[in-house]
Amino acid sequence: MRKLPKSFRLAMGIMLANVTLSASAQDPQTERDYQVPLPPAPSGDAVFQPPLESAIPDNQYGDMVRKGRDLFVDTQQLRGTHVFNEQNCSNCHLDAGRMANSAPMWAAFGMYPAYRGKNDKVNTLAERIQGCFTYSMNGIPPETGSESLVALETYFHWLATGAPVNQAMPGRGYAKLETPQGGYDPERGAQVYAEQCAVCHGSDGAGQKVGDRQVFPPLWGDGAYNWGAGMHRVNTAAAFIKANMPLGKPYSLSDEDAWDVAAFINSHERPQDPRRRGMESLEATDRTFHQHSGYYGDDVGGQRLGDHDNYGANPGSGD
Amino acid sequence: MNKRTRQLSSLLVIWGACASLPAWADAIQRGQAIAQQGNGQGAIACLSCHGPQGEGNAAGGFPRLAGLPAGYLSHQLRSYRDGTRQNPMMQPFALALTDEDIQAVSAYYASLEGEDVNLPTSYQAAAPENTAEWLAERGDWENTIPACNQCHGPNGQGVGDTFPPLAGQHASYLAAQLNAWRNGTRSNDPNGLMQGIAERLSEEQIGLITAYYATLPEQLSANAAAGQEETP
Repeated sequence: MRKLPKSFRLAMGIMLANVTLSASAQDPQTERDYQVPLPPAPSGDAVFQPPLESAIPDNQYGDMVRKGRDLFVDTQQLRGTHVFNEQNCSNCHLDAGRMANSAPMWAAFGMYPAYRGKNDKVNTLAERIQGCFTYSMNGIPPETGSESLVALETYFHWLATGAPVNQAMPGRGYAKLETPQGGYDPERGAQVYAEQCAVCHGSDGAGQKVGDRQVFPPLWGDGAYNWGAGMHRVNTAAAFIKANMPLGKPYSLSDEDAWDVAAFINSHERPQDPRRRGMESLEATDRTFHQHSGYYGDDVGGQRLGDHDNYGANPGSGD
Repeated sequence: MNKRTRQLSSLLVIWGACASLPAWADAIQRGQAIAQQGNGQGAIACLSCHGPQGEGNAAGGFPRLAGLPAGYLSHQLRSYRDGTRQNPMMQPFALALTDEDIQAVSAYYASLEGEDVNLPTSYQAAAPENTAEWLAERGDWENTIPACNQCHGPNGQGVGDTFPPLAGQHASYLAAQLNAWRNGTRSNDPNGLMQGIAERLSEEQIGLITAYYATLPEQLSANAAAGQEETP
């Protein structure tokens, strides 16, 4: 497995500085700096409407769109081959990837290829999706050109019918939520979790199943996204939670509650960051890949998070 | 583990906490006696409205109780007592039941065979032209209405003690509950999750979705039978 170039750590530092800069300096007239990660979505109402599913054409293209839609909603059909936890794409991209401010696929599609600090290179859309498999699905990515990946790309292409190319759209990603002035606190978050989240996701964070079917996704533990997934970052989870949780009650939590509960959820153990396999130590993994708002490598309740070799069910032939 | 054994095991957990297996069996027996004869303290026999097998009564709007989770049923009975579920018919009976009675009748009805037993759990793509199926499986997100099955489980067969089965429940009863949330006479749902959704559903959606779930078990078994005929 790859060793990271020295320039990478430097790039991480610059990237962090640039995220804040680009957030404030971004306006349509500013020339975009392609060497920083994607800029935040422009503010304003998300007006774009993906086509209705009744409009999927009845031909080979349409068949591939439907196949991609099915994979997106029922990603568990790839369990044991490409997926090694209990997640489906549609858990974090609501309404089968159609919902604004729930990282909709119609807004993501036109933004790739794009530079990503996460792996310090220009990523195609296929590579971006593969990243989801590696981290959010704790899995092994389907190969470029494989039917699964083509199906997902075709579904996103169809969702983006009429959307601009290489232009950030309102509603893309999860709307950035400013860090509360007093910071955030996982202990306060525990209370929010007990009151608002446990009814579905369980007090043990394992979600709930009916038979073999996972109905409410796990938020920590072996069935959850791993330590490399974007959702393990407190800011990302807070933004998702604010706009989408509890299900059917968007924007009902205060900003503070969203941050606190995101911190609570993400200060629990989950499958190891797969990049740890190629690193000498937890410290090195933490230093190289975790310079952001997350609990990886931190002491929580007398235990150091990520200090284990539990990769969940992933057998480890992913790279 | 199928639905039946899951429900039984959740019952076991409930009773395991405070009692042994024979006590659980005793509770079911005691619950059966109350269901069939009343408790002699003002609660009349449940079967007079809910039917001899707990099947309910569509014309009267009396819900099916057979196979519903014990935890869900006892929460409902306590809600009639404390007024978070207002119902002039049920409230006096619920007030006449002791805590022990509530546990017993809940255990009894949970032990009966429900309509939602062995419904499929596998993913099936919803047909966009089938409005009710779409609402059940995909929701109406333009109006911030999640898919019913996102909380009530695949084919609306219920999840845990909190999200009751909808499949095989009478349409008249389901519609009455949605209306009760809308007009505030039912407010015993966790965090008002159901209240907001009920308020955003249109009259037309309520008519379609309640009819959909009421007939879903027979619809699914008809589909399964047709599928078996096609593949000899």
